[in-house]
Amino acid sequence: MMLPGFPEAAPLAGLAGGLLIGLAAALMLLGAGRVTGVSGIVGRAFGINDSGMSWSSAWTFVIGLPLGAFLVATLKGGFEPEFVPLPLLAVAGVLVGFGARLGSGCTSGHGVCGVSRLSQRSLVATATFMIAGIATVAVMGAL
Amino acid sequence: MIRTHLPPLVSGTLFGAGLALGGMTDPARIRGFLDIFGAWDPTLAFVMGGAVLVMGIAWRFVPRMAHPVFAPKFSLPDRTDLTPQLVGGATLFGVGWGLAGLCPGPGFASLAIAPLEAVVFCASLLAGMLMHRVLFDQKAKAPAHASH
Repeated sequence: MMLPGFPEAAPLAGLAGGLLIGLAAALMLLGAGRVTGVSGIVGRAFGINDSGMSWSSAWTFVIGLPLGAFLVATLKGGFEPEFVPLPLLAVAGVLVGFGARLGSGCTSGHGVCGVSRLSQRSLVATATFMIAGIATVAVMGAL
Repeated sequence: MIRTHLPPLVSGTLFGAGLALGGMTDPARIRGFLDIFGAWDPTLAFVMGGAVLVMGIAWRFVPRMAHPVFAPKFSLPDRTDLTPQLVGGATLFGVGWGLAGLCPGPGFASLAIAPLEAVVFCASLLAGMLMHRVLFDQKAKAPAHASH
């Protein structure tokens, strides 16, 4: 489906993907009693932070991420993602990892689980990283 | 064993599938969402909206449940304080997010789609987390060690 005025947008696929992500987080919440913060779970899997779920549960979640993406890519006949150059990707990765630990969460933990719970910390964190991301893309575009 | 690992495995797989289906494994789409002064792509708003909608409903079941289906108790974040660390961390996160068009979920999901780029991003992400641990967590743990 097209969204008038936004030729690039994929609103229905986006909504369907969001519902699946919400279902994933709801299953974790009602099944395991935990919020789904990907940065926290990944940190747990790699032994960087020790809070949260068991090591093996963290790993099964982390392995599920590319597995799910692979299934969708196979069904849809593949993707052609556009990445920024590798050195920039590396710098960004460090910022994202460091920032996620310092700010106690990422897009999934704060943006999905926290915002849906109306957590004040998560609302502030989400607004902050949105504004920082918008400013960064604007500055990069102007350079 | 199955009771412990089935929820995270199914959750992780659904999460990765949702990210891919919603276009979040394409960094250009995330950067397009953040590009509000350019050719704005609102897709991410639909992804977030859908996810928050389902989770908003899920939260309402929590007070009515004695315990999670597969676990003895809920272990949920309980902090409410707004700190410089929260805002500073979210700012750094946002800058990295805008630079790459990737955050942790899509980064790890992309291991199945674009292995080279995803490995570089994920390894850097882990390095950043490790830097935080070295700089901050050790200090936080220092008093505990001193008490031994």
